[in-house]
Amino acid sequence: MDKPLHSLRRLGLGFSLAEMDSVRRQGFEAFIHNQLNPETLPEPPSLQAGLSSLGTLRLQTTELFREYGPPIKRKATLFQGEEQRRLRRLTRLPTVEAASARLLRAVQSPRQLQEILVDFWFNHFNVFLEKGPVRVWVGAYERDAIRPFVFGKFRDMLSATARHPAMLFYLDNWRNVAPRNPTAAGKSRGINENYARELLELHTLGVDGGYGQQDVRELARILTGWGLKNLGREDGPSVFFFDPERHDTGGKVLLGRPVAGKDRQEIEETLAFLAGHPSTARHISYKLAQLFVADNPPAALVEKLARRFQETDGDIRAILTTLFASEEFWDGRYYGVKFKTPFRYLVSCLRLLDITVSDPETLAGLLQQWGMPLYGCPTPDGYHLTQEAWLNPDALMRRIDFAVNLTRSMSPREMKAAPDVDRLRSALGGFFGPPTLAALDAAPPADRLALVLASPEFLRY
Amino acid sequence: MRRREFLAGLVGGAAALALPVAWVRAAVPPGTEPRRLVVIFLRGAIDGLNVVVPYRDPAYYRGRPTLAIPAPGREGGAFDLDGRFGLHPALEAVLPFWKDKTLAFVHASGSPDPTRSHFDAQDYMEGGEPGNKKTQDGWMNRLIGALPDRISPVKAVNADIALPRILRGGRPVATVALGSATPKAAGGDSGQDVFERLYAGDVALAQAYREGAAARRRIQEDFAKEMAAADGGAVPARNFAGSALELGRLIHADPEIRLAFLSVGGWDTHVNQGGVAGPMAKKLGALGEGLARLVEGLGNSYPQTVVALMSEFGRTVRENGSQGTDHGHGNVMWLLGGRVDGGKVWGRWPGLDDEDLYEARDLAVTTDFRAVLDAVLRQHLGLAPAQLATVFPGFAPPADAGLTLLRT
Repeated sequence: MDKPLHSLRRLGLGFSLAEMDSVRRQGFEAFIHNQLNPETLPEPPSLQAGLSSLGTLRLQTTELFREYGPPIKRKATLFQGEEQRRLRRLTRLPTVEAASARLLRAVQSPRQLQEILVDFWFNHFNVFLEKGPVRVWVGAYERDAIRPFVFGKFRDMLSATARHPAMLFYLDNWRNVAPRNPTAAGKSRGINENYARELLELHTLGVDGGYGQQDVRELARILTGWGLKNLGREDGPSVFFFDPERHDTGGKVLLGRPVAGKDRQEIEETLAFLAGHPSTARHISYKLAQLFVADNPPAALVEKLARRFQETDGDIRAILTTLFASEEFWDGRYYGVKFKTPFRYLVSCLRLLDITVSDPETLAGLLQQWGMPLYGCPTPDGYHLTQEAWLNPDALMRRIDFAVNLTRSMSPREMKAAPDVDRLRSALGGFFGPPTLAALDAAPPADRLALVLASPEFLRY
Repeated sequence: MRRREFLAGLVGGAAALALPVAWVRAAVPPGTEPRRLVVIFLRGAIDGLNVVVPYRDPAYYRGRPTLAIPAPGREGGAFDLDGRFGLHPALEAVLPFWKDKTLAFVHASGSPDPTRSHFDAQDYMEGGEPGNKKTQDGWMNRLIGALPDRISPVKAVNADIALPRILRGGRPVATVALGSATPKAAGGDSGQDVFERLYAGDVALAQAYREGAAARRRIQEDFAKEMAAADGGAVPARNFAGSALELGRLIHADPEIRLAFLSVGGWDTHVNQGGVAGPMAKKLGALGEGLARLVEGLGNSYPQTVVALMSEFGRTVRENGSQGTDHGHGNVMWLLGGRVDGGKVWGRWPGLDDEDLYEARDLAVTTDFRAVLDAVLRQHLGLAPAQLATVFPGFAPPADAGLTLLRT
C-alpha cells in the first residue's frame, strides 16, 4: 500500500514529480498535517503576484455592485462598437477574475486540501452566476462566506452563506417577507419558500433529514426580514441588512420545537440549531466521506464522522482529522476509485506537466465545454462529485483529445522539461497497472505522456 | 522549480472545429420508419397551470392575481383548446400541432411520491420507481433492454452534457454533443488500439471509450460526406431550438436510433414568474419554437415518433409573496407526434377549490406519470406486459385509466 501516493491523490488536486518526491521525503503523516494546517505552507510569490493583479477580488459587495452591477449592463446596450465591447467586458470582470483566482490557486498553491475544500463547500452552498447580480458577487461570496471557514465551524459557514447577498439573491430570501405587512418595501408581500427549502434539504438536514412541508413553511417565516439595501447607493461594507418591519414576529414551530417570535436573533438561533442537528451531522459526514473515500462511502465511516461532528460542534478540521486517520480512508479497496471531475482533471494535468496558468480565461472556457463552468452550476445542489455524473463517452473522448493536443503541441524544449515517463513510472511505484504499462510500452515515445494523462490511473484519484 | 508557460490559445484551437450534425440520411425503405420515443424533461418544475390554463376554474384566477393567463378572447388571453383549457399565448408555435391533432396533454398528472425536492422528484421520475432510492438505473435504460425487436447497439441517444439518471444503467447509450464544438479526434486507427489496451483493466472506462469512439467515427464519416456535398447549412445550436433541430435530424438520419433524451432547464420560478409576458413566457416561447424545430428535423419520421414532455412536479396554485410560485405537486404532461391522439386534454381534472387541492395548496395528481408512459410504451413501442414490468417495476396501470393516447 503506497500511503504517500494515496494521500497525495486524495488531499491534492494533482501532483508533480517534485511534490511526490517531497512527500516521500517528509512522510505522508507530515504532509497530511501540513495540509490540515495550511498556514504552515507559504504561497509562492508567483501566485501572490498573479492574485494581486486581480483588482475586483479586493472589493466589498457594495463596491462590486456599484462598479459592475446592472447599471453597466443597461448602459452597455446603449452603446455600440468598441465602447459596447469595453462595457460588456467590464460587466464580466468580477466573474472572470474570480474564476482566474480559483484556477491560479488550484494549480499553483501548495495548500491543495484548502482548494479542494473551497471547491467542495462552494458546491455545497452553491450560487449561480447567471442569476441577476450574483455574477458580481461570486468571488466575494467565495472570499467572505466560504474560504474563511473551510477548516472552521460548519455553523459559521452556514451563517455567513445565509446572509451573503449572493445567496440572499440566488435563493430569493431577500424577497421573503412577513405576509400582509403594509410597510414592507418593494413588490414583495409575502413568504417565499425557496431558500428555506434548500436550506433544509441541501445545506443542513438533507432530504431524508426528517422535516416536512410544514417545517419548510415555518422556517421560511423565521427567515423573513433579511434583505439587500438600496443597491448601488450604499457605502457600507455590505449590502446585507435586517429589517424588523419585514420580519414575521409570530410564534413558530420548527421540527417540533417552538420558536418564539423575536428579531434577527431568532434567525441566528435557528441556523445554529440546524447546524448542530444530528441529521446535519450525518448529511455533511456522508458528503465528506463521499468526496474523500468512495462514491458510496462505508456506513461505519459516515457514523464515525457524524459522531465527531457532534462532539466538536461541527469542527471541520477535527472531522477531517478523524477521516484521514480512519481505517476506511486507508482501506486499499478505495485507492484510486474516485473519478476526477472536469475541474480536478484539468488542474491535475497542469500540475503533472508543471504548467503555469497564464491564460485562465481559456482554461475556464474549457471547463465550460466540459460541462462544469466555474460558478456556473444553475441548480442549488451544486455539481455532483461522483463518477456517474461525469463519466460518459463524450466526456472521455474530450479528455483524450485534450491530453493528446496538450502534449503534442509542446515544443521540443518543453517536451524536455516535461516529466520523463520512465522516471514517473519508477517514482510512482505501483501506480500504473499492467494494461497502462502495456499501452505505454507499445506507444511511440511522442505519445506516451498523452497516454499517462488519459490513463485510468490518472483519470481517477 | 521552473514552471513552463501554458500555450495560450492552444486549448481553444484544439477544440475549435465545430461539426454540424446534418447527417446524411441512411437508406430506409419507404413505409418502414421505425417507431421512436423522444423524452424531454423540463427540469425545475414547470408551472403547468400556466401552460395548459384551466380558465373555467374561478379558483385559478383567485389564487393568481398577477400571474394568471386571461381566458381566451380577452386581451392577452390563452388559445382555447377545448372549451375548458387554454394554451399559454407564448406557445403559438405548437398550435398547429394541436390543430392537426398530433399534440395532446395529460393534465393533473405526476408522481405519486409527495416529495417537493427537485432532486428527489427528478430522481424518482427518471428511476421509474417513485419512493425507491435503491434503484440505480433509469427507466429509459431498462427500456433499451425491453424493446421487443433486436436492433443494433446505437439505439439510445443522450443529448445532455452528463449522462442523466434516466439513461443510466447496463445498456450502452451514445452521448451526442449538440451544437457544441466537437474536438478533433485523437490518434487514428492505430491510436485507437492503444486506447483499447489502456482501458482494458477498467470496465467503466472501457465501455465509455468504445461507445465514444464509435460515435466519433460515425460523426466523422458523416462530416466527411457533409463536406463532400458542400452543404454546410446547419448552424451550430446555441439554444434549445437549434439543439432540437439537430436532434430531430440526427434521429431522422439514423434508423437505429429509437430513443432519445434531452432536458430543458430554468423552470424554477419562485420570483417574478410573469404571466402573459415575462421570464416564463419568454422561455415558453423558446420551448415552443424548439418543439417546432424538432418536428422539422424529424421530417417524415414524425408520423412514427412520440415526443413526451414531463417535469418533476407542478407549482403551487396560489402565487407566493414575490409574484412567483413555490414547489407544488400535480402538473401537465405533453405528448407530441404523428401517432398521438391529439387535440385532447386527457386525464381527470380534480379542480382547484381548496378542498380539491393536494395538501390544501397544490393541483392533485389524478394520473400517475407512469400510466401515461405505460400507454406510450405499450401502444407505440409494442411492449408486452412482462416487458413493461421490467421498465416500471411494481407498477400496474389502473384498469380504468382510459388513456388511449395513441391512434391505432
